[in-house]
Amino acid sequence: MKLPDVDYIRPKTLKEALGLLSSHGDDAKLIAGGQSLMPMLAFRLLAPKILIDIGGLAELRGIDIKDTGVRLGARTTWHDIERHPSLKAAHPLLAAAIAHVAHYQIRNRGTAGGSLAHCDPVAEFPAIVLTCDAEVVVAGPDGERVLAASDFVLGPMTTALEADEIIVQISFPAWPKARRWGFEEFARRRGDFAMAAAAIFYDLDGDQCVVDPHVGVIGDADGARRLAEVEDLLRGQKMTPALVAEARTVTEQSIHPSEDIHAPAAYRRALMGVMVERALAASAGIDLSKAAA
Amino acid sequence: MSRKVDITLTVNGQPHAHAADTRTTFADFLRDDLRLTGTHVGCEHGVCGACTVIVDGEAVRSCLMLAPQADGATVVTIEGLSEPDGSLGPLQRAFRKHHALQCGFCTPGILTTAHALLTQEPDASEERIREVLSGNICRCTGYVTIIQAILEAREGYRHAANASTAS
Amino acid sequence: MKPLGIDKLIGASPERIEDQRFLTGQGQYVADLDIPGALHAAILRSPVAHGRVAALGLDAARALPGVHAIITASDIPNPIPTIPLRLVPLPEFDPYLQPVIAAEKVRYVGEPLAVIVAESRAIAEDALDLIEIDIESLPAVGDENVDEAGAFLFEETGTNVALRFHARSGDPDKAFAEAAYTRKETFRSHRHTAAPMETRGLLAQWDESGQKLKLFGAAKVPYFNRRALSRMMNLPEENLDLIEVDVGGGFGVRGEFYPEDFLIPFAAQRVGRPVKWIEDRREHLMATNHSRDVGATVEIACARDGTITGLRGDVFGDMGAYIRTNGGVVPTAAGMFLQGPYRIPNVDVTVLALMTNKTPVGTYRGPGRFEANFFRERLFDMAAADLKIDPAEFRRTNLIREDELPYSIGKRAPHLPEAVYDTGDYHAAFERCLAEIDWQGKAAIQGKLIDGRYHGVGVASFVESGGAGPKETSRFVLEKDGSITVATGSSLLGQGLETTLAQIAGDVLGLPLTAFRIDHRSTARLADGLGSYHGRSIIVGGSAVVDGAEKFRAAVIEAAANLLGRPNSELRFEDGVVRSEAGASISLADIAASRSAEDGLLAVDGIFLVNKPTYSYGTHAAHVAVDPDTGRVEVLDYVAVEDVGRAINPMIVSGQAIGALVQGLGGVFLDHLIYDDQCQLLTASFADYLMPTATDFPSLRSVAMELRLSPTNPLGAKSAGEGGMVPVAAAIGNAVGAALRSRGAEPRTLPLSPPRIWKLIHEEKECTQ
Repeated sequence: MKLPDVDYIRPKTLKEALGLLSSHGDDAKLIAGGQSLMPMLAFRLLAPKILIDIGGLAELRGIDIKDTGVRLGARTTWHDIERHPSLKAAHPLLAAAIAHVAHYQIRNRGTAGGSLAHCDPVAEFPAIVLTCDAEVVVAGPDGERVLAASDFVLGPMTTALEADEIIVQISFPAWPKARRWGFEEFARRRGDFAMAAAAIFYDLDGDQCVVDPHVGVIGDADGARRLAEVEDLLRGQKMTPALVAEARTVTEQSIHPSEDIHAPAAYRRALMGVMVERALAASAGIDLSKAAA
Repeated sequence: MSRKVDITLTVNGQPHAHAADTRTTFADFLRDDLRLTGTHVGCEHGVCGACTVIVDGEAVRSCLMLAPQADGATVVTIEGLSEPDGSLGPLQRAFRKHHALQCGFCTPGILTTAHALLTQEPDASEERIREVLSGNICRCTGYVTIIQAILEAREGYRHAANASTAS
Repeated sequence: MKPLGIDKLIGASPERIEDQRFLTGQGQYVADLDIPGALHAAILRSPVAHGRVAALGLDAARALPGVHAIITASDIPNPIPTIPLRLVPLPEFDPYLQPVIAAEKVRYVGEPLAVIVAESRAIAEDALDLIEIDIESLPAVGDENVDEAGAFLFEETGTNVALRFHARSGDPDKAFAEAAYTRKETFRSHRHTAAPMETRGLLAQWDESGQKLKLFGAAKVPYFNRRALSRMMNLPEENLDLIEVDVGGGFGVRGEFYPEDFLIPFAAQRVGRPVKWIEDRREHLMATNHSRDVGATVEIACARDGTITGLRGDVFGDMGAYIRTNGGVVPTAAGMFLQGPYRIPNVDVTVLALMTNKTPVGTYRGPGRFEANFFRERLFDMAAADLKIDPAEFRRTNLIREDELPYSIGKRAPHLPEAVYDTGDYHAAFERCLAEIDWQGKAAIQGKLIDGRYHGVGVASFVESGGAGPKETSRFVLEKDGSITVATGSSLLGQGLETTLAQIAGDVLGLPLTAFRIDHRSTARLADGLGSYHGRSIIVGGSAVVDGAEKFRAAVIEAAANLLGRPNSELRFEDGVVRSEAGASISLADIAASRSAEDGLLAVDGIFLVNKPTYSYGTHAAHVAVDPDTGRVEVLDYVAVEDVGRAINPMIVSGQAIGALVQGLGGVFLDHLIYDDQCQLLTASFADYLMPTATDFPSLRSVAMELRLSPTNPLGAKSAGEGGMVPVAAAIGNAVGAALRSRGAEPRTLPLSPPRIWKLIHEEKECTQ
């Protein structure tokens, strides 16, 4: 499984990288951590003529935490996120989801920008970007533009990134301390891609009722998405075991589960419902095994 | 299309200047160009962990790195884990004591991973050790003795870390 | 046979000699070897499961700079050699043997069509992409209804059933007719394989002037392969040297004769330069032997008190597209081990070997046993539940007692000799296992829903044979410096032979481990050997070392007698020195130094002839928790108990037991080779073919007992490499069945992956016959 015949160049600045991307066009592919790209090259699923290595670009570095939210430079690795002293407190859902990504060695090199650009439907990061209303800053030959997550993440392996653009930064809105959240993932083994996952959060008003619920799932054939039907169910309600159980049912009814050799559709449908149920239960401190009895 | 690019890097304390092929993985570069065959290739798609080496202090899958990406790097491979006088280091001795290897093929990747982990996290719990080692596949041992060996070797890394903070 | 005298090394657990090089990155696996001027090969493999080869467009590939040669069937002298059977060569299999390269037909995805030889593997793979393959597809034969698929893999045979036989003991028809209770169930074990961490590889060096071949990368059975290759290449055996270097795991699948074992040497001969081929992982998953693809309908007859009176089985093995070196061992063993360590006087088994358009099947650790134990033990638990008998009690009633041994189970196939379980205390191992898992204490939680999960404890007993014959050889050579080289016909696969064989030699000769160098590497060292499989490298290989060591001692004393001028009877060999009663002495180094150039080194040959296999046995138990919402099964505790007769190196025995156990758990939950209905392999990477990692099964224990020595060899050893695996699916299947009994979910098919367990709970209901 040797790599196809390919050239390699490592620009020193973002401007240089953008210039190379424009001039090489379809012949080029960007490489950062390479953790998704290299296996594809090994299996000869792609055969670019030149790899443009953006792994060293200073403009793409850094994690920035302010009152306005969390900004991740596109080169941020999973270990950067894991080791950042204040990120877990600043955005616990992001930290929780990223804890599930791959394995130790991959976490040293895989990048947030790379994962988002690749947009694997069962990857954690694109789903979190979408669920959390992040904004994606991309740089192109004509300058930078900012896209809302829902305008950027379009479907499995599909984003709004143009061929001559590079993701620069992903910014997450500020996270209120009192926010309730939950993340549940089901994978065959630790570090495997999710068979199904749910990322949820909401705030509570003065009466302990749900405000602005966000319910994101992994496992749908259309890729990572938010479930409006479940959000509608939860809005304005108190989080109770009965509501959580109903959310599971509504999830099962409102998704289009993907099907592959590892999980038939009927199973994945049920699994996604369970993930939403468990994420919601975790957010409210509900013990499901007692609730069932 | 592919070409040779000149790279310089330090491997196990030795400086190297070499022409690296742009279509060669770092794993193949170590094995074929530098003749350091202790790093093994088990899958070539980044799953099995046999090819793990330490680049700038971090454990990485060398089959998922291009050789030119190692330019300027400081690298430690299995060949660099022994003591300066060539004898086995504490991690290696613990593996031998606990029978933490059988065919030996996955062993270099497991040793480099364990070394990187214990160097960065000398207080790593058993759960953490298991979690990190879940990225290395072994078909022979069933992992029980590997975890035992790493737990025993951990003491040496703790002492070293305490000694250096003390001094 | 009397047991060995000194037991200083045998039974101890010295650290392994081979570890030094493995821990420092100095191991030499075949991919690490370099011969200047070597070229690199890649294999063009059929992308189609079944078809007629119309044309191969090679021009573009041949023109690629760096390509030296492309070899196809037309370059190989007719008739194209076929791979011979190594185990039980039945004439029925002759039409189904594999040619070393596909010519007019392809029969599985991955079958070799051509060999590309180039400056580098990368260029060879570039050339593969340039080849135009024109194959007219034929219907793919994919499931067990092989003669209803609309095509025959081998048209001249008129059937895809390669073998059918029947074995019977007692009067099963009468037993079933008179039985108070019967139950019939259909079970299925799924296709999976060993997947060692090192893929296969070969480095062939051809010497044209001497007409000699050196082939690096051999394993398991190098002497058989040498013989086979010599015939294919039309060369005397002594012109071929098959050299075994360090090997990254075998588990049965590495080392058998594969097409590449001819193609790579042939290519080296053709291009006049050494040729290196290292299998990549995608190739490995489609080209190296698959296994475990076995199904059976099994029926049990019992009295109301649970006494088994009869067992019937219709067993089939999906063999894939060709019968390779292991012949029909997989389904035959599944039939043979169906009855296990139980007293069943009336047994009727039919065995079929079926041809399908999938990768050929070979032996993988505990072949046929893993499957058969699952089928039988699951049926036992179902019967016990029907009869309202505790599963442990059911087994106590039927487990063979020591006073009934030796116990014959008759001829389990027309072509096999009578099988006789030799020694053992099956009940002792059984009770030990139950105590370890706390069967009594856990009765209260059987089938209970606790914190959202169903708990269950399952148990399964097994017998396992080991030490296949007919023989093994050794050669002891006294080197010039007084050290001793022991050449063995056994192969090193990771099982620690460099240490264990030295332990044996050391105890016979009263010497430390460091006195020996165990040499398994080259067929040039020994006239003949059999190799490592079926647990034989200690049982047979170790016994050959015993014989060789005893002969070596005699030869040393003889040489000393001549040098000291004393009669042999006055001399003793102790601590590396021959001493006379009078006080004269001579060391090994002195004896070595005394040899003239004419004499050469002092060398003796040892041999051990096997008259019958030996039987290890044991019991496994598992405690699981099943999440009904996700189908996930967590193994909370697992105990493996086996009587190994004598543990030469307990640490190594334990390593084998745990390793086999985890591999077995992979076989239950994770490993799965999945084909689509066109017989395309869908799991050709480690992203899809899943194996256990360090977090999957942390709670395991193994207990090696030394209850009863084997009567078949001077070491008293039974097998220790495969027992750890064979009852795993059975024990887990029973634990899951116990956990889910209230949900009416009885596992009958493997794997027990989350989607399948979920489906069992939510979509399938228990059906009683």
